[in-house]
Amino acid sequence: MFVAHSIAADHKDLIHDVSFDFHGRRMATCSSDQSVKVWDKSENGDWHCTASWKTHSGSVWRVTWAHPEFGQVLASCSFDRTAAVWEEIVGESNDKLRGQSHWVKRTTLVDSRTSVTDVKFAPKHMGLMLATCSADGIVRIYEAPDVMNLSQWSLQHEISCKLSCSCISWNPSSSRAHSPMIAVGSDDGSPNAMAKVQIFEYNENTRKYAKAETLMTVTDPVHDIAFAPNLGRSFHILAVATKDVRIFTLKPVRKELTSSGGPTKFEIHIVAQFDNHNSQVWRVSWNITGTVLASSGDDGCVRLWKANYMDNWKCTGILKGNGSPVSGNSQQGNSNPSLGSNIPNLQNSLNGSSASRKHS
Amino acid sequence: MEEVDGEPIITLIPGVNSKKKQLCFDWGPGEMLVCETLFNKKEKSEVVPSCPSIYIIRKNEDFYCRILRKLFNESHGIFVGLQRIEEELTGKSRKAELVRVSKNYRSVIRACMEEMSQVAIAAKDPATSSLFNNQVAILSAMELVWNLCEILFIEVTPAGPLLLHLLDWVRLHVCEVDTWSAEVLGSENPSKHESFWNLVTALVLQGRLDEARQMLSKEADANPASAGMCRVLGDLMRTMPILSPGNTQTLTELELKWQHWHEECERHLQDGTFASSGHLESLCKIMLGDEKALLEQKQQLSNWYHFLVTRLLYSHPTVKPTELHFYAQSSLDRFLEGDSSSEPLDNILMAAFEFDIHQVIKECSIVLSNWWFVAHLTDLLDHCKLLQSHNLYFGSNMREFLLLEYASGLFAHHSLWQLGVDYFDHCPELGRVSLELHIERIPLNTEQKALKVLRICEQRKMTEQVRSICKILAMKAVRNNRLGSALSWSIRAKDAAFATLVSDRFLKDYCERGCFSDLDLIDNLGPAMMLSDRLTFLGKYREFHRLYGEQRFVDGASLLLSLMTSQIAPRSFWMTLLTDALPLLEQKQVIFSAEQTYELMRCLEDLTTGRPVHGEPDAQGLQDDDIETTKVEMLRLALARNLARAIIKEGSLEGS
Repeated sequence: MFVAHSIAADHKDLIHDVSFDFHGRRMATCSSDQSVKVWDKSENGDWHCTASWKTHSGSVWRVTWAHPEFGQVLASCSFDRTAAVWEEIVGESNDKLRGQSHWVKRTTLVDSRTSVTDVKFAPKHMGLMLATCSADGIVRIYEAPDVMNLSQWSLQHEISCKLSCSCISWNPSSSRAHSPMIAVGSDDGSPNAMAKVQIFEYNENTRKYAKAETLMTVTDPVHDIAFAPNLGRSFHILAVATKDVRIFTLKPVRKELTSSGGPTKFEIHIVAQFDNHNSQVWRVSWNITGTVLASSGDDGCVRLWKANYMDNWKCTGILKGNGSPVSGNSQQGNSNPSLGSNIPNLQNSLNGSSASRKHS
Repeated sequence: MEEVDGEPIITLIPGVNSKKKQLCFDWGPGEMLVCETLFNKKEKSEVVPSCPSIYIIRKNEDFYCRILRKLFNESHGIFVGLQRIEEELTGKSRKAELVRVSKNYRSVIRACMEEMSQVAIAAKDPATSSLFNNQVAILSAMELVWNLCEILFIEVTPAGPLLLHLLDWVRLHVCEVDTWSAEVLGSENPSKHESFWNLVTALVLQGRLDEARQMLSKEADANPASAGMCRVLGDLMRTMPILSPGNTQTLTELELKWQHWHEECERHLQDGTFASSGHLESLCKIMLGDEKALLEQKQQLSNWYHFLVTRLLYSHPTVKPTELHFYAQSSLDRFLEGDSSSEPLDNILMAAFEFDIHQVIKECSIVLSNWWFVAHLTDLLDHCKLLQSHNLYFGSNMREFLLLEYASGLFAHHSLWQLGVDYFDHCPELGRVSLELHIERIPLNTEQKALKVLRICEQRKMTEQVRSICKILAMKAVRNNRLGSALSWSIRAKDAAFATLVSDRFLKDYCERGCFSDLDLIDNLGPAMMLSDRLTFLGKYREFHRLYGEQRFVDGASLLLSLMTSQIAPRSFWMTLLTDALPLLEQKQVIFSAEQTYELMRCLEDLTTGRPVHGEPDAQGLQDDDIETTKVEMLRLALARNLARAIIKEGSLEGS
């Protein structure tokens, strides 16, 4: 059972992305009104907008936080064909009193010739690195070699995916057993285009990213893609948002069996497929331990998927709205002290048919 | 085994209209962010959307309830104690210990219930009152289930004592009786009280025959006409054979005696001894285990398991554990007949009577939205080696699965997360890595909290987490210009690169302001100084200043020179160092030896000719600056003069 608090968003147009920072104490929102807003959670749990600024000259599609080891850094990408990196500057004491902070643009990445559809920071063990993908079908990987100087970013790799890209996901695994890996999804509508999900792996020898796998069974446009956090598994788990929710496992095939020096080959299995959204699935994202997957679809719901201890996946929760108005004060939740009961009749069954019961 | 399918739990977010909009979202460590949006970018919305709201979704485990927090804290203590029992004990003493642990858990639940009841009573508004009453009801259900599990699975009570335990179990949970008892006994004419017969019946149903007899004697006193009957019935009550603890008779002996007694009761009924009193006759029937008579008392029994236990008491007192589920099923069916369908709690209890532990746990998991109950109970049952014996290979995995769920939930809370650490510690497969993932995310609002988190990581040799957390704090400190803090975090992170960076900032500060900040820290670096060259330089440079301040000029001078000759000092700093040498050169006594003076001169020449040594590119442009030129001139002069004096001094005899 969940409880919802609401915060007035104050954007003048549609919000496209919301993002928590690493600790869940700050969040960022981006919108078609071309701005990004940053919100901070105060000690008593209230959220306040501490920054709001114009970031692009087109709709901002995604906003994402870098790992706090690199400081307070955001990246955004937009319809205006650019991605940008922002850093928070510790403000004057006046600003602090007013609860405001300043974000400055450190760099604009202008290499794309079309709308930039996703931007994601690489796992922190790779340094300060990010990837963007665009409708022009190219994934670009940038790196800032000097963490203290965020205005210097260099384009390290350009990966051509041949199809318009909609989403990327870095494999978060920091195990030495796995090379850096990035999955790319395409929402290209033409049925002939086969490679809707491609996986690229970094090769230490060639110092380049090479294609490792294509998920051939995904033939419909892909809207989102997400590697799960790895709890020490030898294989990877990838969730794909397409016309349904799909969860794949990728087991690296033993190196002896593949030609040496090439990218890892994987055994791909689909472990779950859900079409409960009845329509397109637009977003998928994993919780921090990779035990619950959340998906969002055309049906206006967010669904939560969980595997039980026997590794069977099923839907354990649905978040949705029926259009009823917000009642009372926002920011006030239920103060329901609860070990909870999912089934309200639990109480009745204690009471039996009619007699109520007191407790000694 | 069948998979029990719970329906997904639906949470409605007020203000969101799923028919018109979709939702974008993000996970946080303890919460989820959700916002209305439209994904299909190609569609242009006609109407400018109204300003949407952002929603923060949290699990409804509102730990702000102080009383529940106490429950979590106390059960944590019991849990940790239980993990340590493991190896030491075997056999009977082990079982006794496990039973003791089980009773501890239950008493903690009851204490929590008690406190909540008080709050519910004291609550001013009915909404709060009902909220707390709900919670009490849920806790009561938990205790009911746990108690039964204790009797059946942990104590493994054999036939004979089994019934006694079940009676206790029922008495604990159906307790109107005590209220009535107080009311009736407190009144002037107890036997005339309107609840009198209800009370007596209830006592008999619960097998509290001594008390029932006392009631009857009151009736006998007040109503001489029925005295005889009361006495007879009272005698029957007194003589009912029951296994008392410490009693040495065997079950067979008990059964025999009970059979005789049963027949005696039957005889009285047939003879019509109680014919003139409906109440007494019905009591006799109850004591004969007459189902119809029992079912007439549905109101009093109030639930089927009371019915079950009473039935067993008066018809099969030596029931075996394995026979329980037959009686349970039929009791449930007969009690509910037509009235209502079975409820989740009924299913849980039935699974327990069937000794299907996995089913019990599964049903509880579905019904309860918090993992507290199933996690602790399953862990205890696992210690009783019950999960393995029920033959499913994932027995131990289920325990770990539930503990991980529970502990993860605790991490969403700003202080209860510390309890979670211990739970993760006792999950051998995934506990450590889960802890690593969770502990990194704890917001470090205060230094105290940061130190606590670090201590936990260091104890468990989670070096990567220590490094990462210290780095985050160091970065934050640098951005807020708190250099001392940044330095100490870098040292703790063993991050040489960052330590170098911070040291550079310190030095830059010194150049700009002429003094050091955070002297305490720099003075007491100790072996940490070795972390990076720049840090070593910083420490040594500060040491030079100290020596100078203590007027130990010769030592200071050597140190100063060595900083340059050993290449520890960055070239960009050499000018400052040489300038620092000036006062030493100008002293009355000769401080720098001739040798040292030659070295200094060489350093100065190195610097001014702009010859880059070891690839340091930053010493150019010195000659362009007028001030710099003057400084260089002064240095050259001072060095020359010192050289002269040093040569003379060294060339002279001692004592001159």
